[in-house]
Amino acid sequence: MATQSSSDGADAFYKQLGRMYGVYTGGFVAFIILLAILEQVGVPNKVLGYLFVFFTLAVYAVIGVMTRTAQLSEYYVAGRRVPAFYNGMATGADWMSAASFVGMAGTLFLFGYDGIAWVLGWTGGFVLVSILVGPYLRKFGAYTVPDFMAFRFGGNVARFLAVIVLVCCSFTYVTAQIYGTGLIASRFLGMQFEVAVFAGLVGILLCAMLGGMRAVTWTQIAQYIVLIIAYLTPIVILSTKKFGIPIPELTYGVAIAEITAREGQMIKDGLATLCTAASCPAGALKPHIEPFINYTPLNFFGIIFCMMVGTASLPHILMRYFTTPSVREARQSVAWSLLFIFLLYFSAPAYAAFSKLEVYTNIIGRDVTALRPWLFTWGELGLIQICGKNAASLDAAIAACKAIAGHPGVVRFADFVINPDVIVLSTPEIAGLPYVISGLVAAGGLAAALSTADGLLLAIANALSHDIYYKMIDPNAPTIRRLTVARVLLFFVAVASAALAATKPGDILAMVGWAFSLAMAGNFPVLVMGIWWKRATTQGAIAGMIAGFGLCLFYLVVSRYYPGFGVKYAGMTSLLNPVTGNPIIPDLAKAMALPNAMESWPTLAHPLANKVGWFNLNNINCGLLGMPLGFLVIYVVSLMTPEPSKEMQAFVDEIRKPRGRTVLEEKS
Amino acid sequence: MAQPDSKANEEAHWNKTTRLMFTHLGVWFFFGYVVHMFVVPLNKIVIPVLGFPLGFYMAAQGSLIAFVVMLFMFAKQQDKIDRDHGYAEDE
Repeated sequence: MATQSSSDGADAFYKQLGRMYGVYTGGFVAFIILLAILEQVGVPNKVLGYLFVFFTLAVYAVIGVMTRTAQLSEYYVAGRRVPAFYNGMATGADWMSAASFVGMAGTLFLFGYDGIAWVLGWTGGFVLVSILVGPYLRKFGAYTVPDFMAFRFGGNVARFLAVIVLVCCSFTYVTAQIYGTGLIASRFLGMQFEVAVFAGLVGILLCAMLGGMRAVTWTQIAQYIVLIIAYLTPIVILSTKKFGIPIPELTYGVAIAEITAREGQMIKDGLATLCTAASCPAGALKPHIEPFINYTPLNFFGIIFCMMVGTASLPHILMRYFTTPSVREARQSVAWSLLFIFLLYFSAPAYAAFSKLEVYTNIIGRDVTALRPWLFTWGELGLIQICGKNAASLDAAIAACKAIAGHPGVVRFADFVINPDVIVLSTPEIAGLPYVISGLVAAGGLAAALSTADGLLLAIANALSHDIYYKMIDPNAPTIRRLTVARVLLFFVAVASAALAATKPGDILAMVGWAFSLAMAGNFPVLVMGIWWKRATTQGAIAGMIAGFGLCLFYLVVSRYYPGFGVKYAGMTSLLNPVTGNPIIPDLAKAMALPNAMESWPTLAHPLANKVGWFNLNNINCGLLGMPLGFLVIYVVSLMTPEPSKEMQAFVDEIRKPRGRTVLEEKS
Repeated sequence: MAQPDSKANEEAHWNKTTRLMFTHLGVWFFFGYVVHMFVVPLNKIVIPVLGFPLGFYMAAQGSLIAFVVMLFMFAKQQDKIDRDHGYAEDE
């Protein structure tokens, strides 16, 4: 009974989990305190920053190396033994990327109520994961999402299409994460951006390459703990300082009321002009709580819907639920995941509110000479501008405002421009906290970016090694070779996305949103119909995937990269301004007559790029076109083709019952 | 307990599962979309003490809390259905 004793050892390991991560959390807190003491005795900030980043990276790498594995089921699905609670934490880290950690509060700062579309969209999707898809895939027993498509829909054509969808949506997404690690490391450590990107890459590879899913799971839990402590600490302190209650999620309501009052005052004092339906020029004030002034209602609800459905279609999320010991635990695990994600997402609006209140009370309406010093660190990097110039120093700001004819010497609303990424990163300084907290925030941002990148890379490499290499090219490959291929592919995919990130592509942040729409259009109809409708046939599924994914991709690519073509041949028209309802390209005929109108792959500055479309629909919402088409095509084509075999229908019955063996048994 | 292998049991299990799915889908749709369609009138109501306009609060926190609670409830309810029909896994 050799296996028995090894599983006894494993049982001991799983019983110890609570204690191990408890000690880890305590150790991390002690480390923060140690650095705080070092700061007090005069260790320079830069050294503290390096200590933070390298210590946390080293811990992830040690976990990654310690949990390396040579077993297939451990490599692909962590042996299906990860308890619901811990898988929830790992999913939380897998889910929350640099965009959530750094970007979301900034979006809420800029867009106010309309920004909440992202908060809702990136949480509510887990309901769909649990009720429609996740537990059924767990019962099926696949290693990858394309595995399910191949089994249910007759083999390698469906598998290949699923791999294409997976690679399209995951690759751009992972590039954005590696870009994020580069950004954070370069800002906090003063490293060159390209060097920082490749330093981040090493961190990612150390976690994912040797141990696959098993190693990624245990490091993601460690990363979740770092990122949630890092995200909550600054605003908890800020809330306590300002309102005496350490629960920022409750106290920011007062901040919002004050923001609204300040907005009225600024307009009364002539410091700002209100954005109204009659006129809303750039730099006009958009009230924080007023809905539908940055997105039209269609696009607001479109973003919510696409992000939610995209959640339930993204392979790197779905595959996390392959790792639980049972279907029951897969469901519980989705609930834990959302709880852990919720802790960050319901705090993000507090960051936005506190920052906005600071800007509205201590910057706007104050004399230019009284600017607060925290501004200048970010102004130097070109992230905060005052009077149209980078606010690198007090003198620079004063000079810039003097240069404007008739400037009153008081900072007006339109004079102040901030890059949204600064909101979270600058909060510790706004609150007057020691540098150690800034370092903590940087470590948290890195943890968020690295953990998401790990999960995505694994999803891509697994699809290529398991689905393409093993299932399609060499079904007789021995275990060792399959694992070697998986690792080599992981390495090359990681290097390719780091190389792309190092070129700083302009669309990097939009790409995360696109990934959701593409996943939704390509995967969601076929997953849902495959589980919930026995009559769905192979031909229907293949046609539906091609049609849905194709339409979404077409809309994206044309409206962004071939806008002139879209207007001329595909009937696209200018999108409308959400407040005034006027076209954002005032004279489309004139714009089309310009010599560059038909240019392909133009930069974002192109007069038509991202500004044209159908039904006034932003291209980030292209899933709204692709997904319904996918469902329709699957339905119609399935009814036109012969019913699936009795065995296939019995198989669908089987995945609907949690009890019993998994449907697909992998030889290991 | 029903006979796990019978066709009738299988169908009853799936009917209950489907009904539960649609119930949660309905609640999901309500908290994800319907509430926020009324944001403008809801914003006229301000939550006492905390100071949030209700429409804003529902989007920033209320719906999120609903989603989390729903998921824990769903895991329980679906497990009960599975148990009642003899399809639950052994603990």
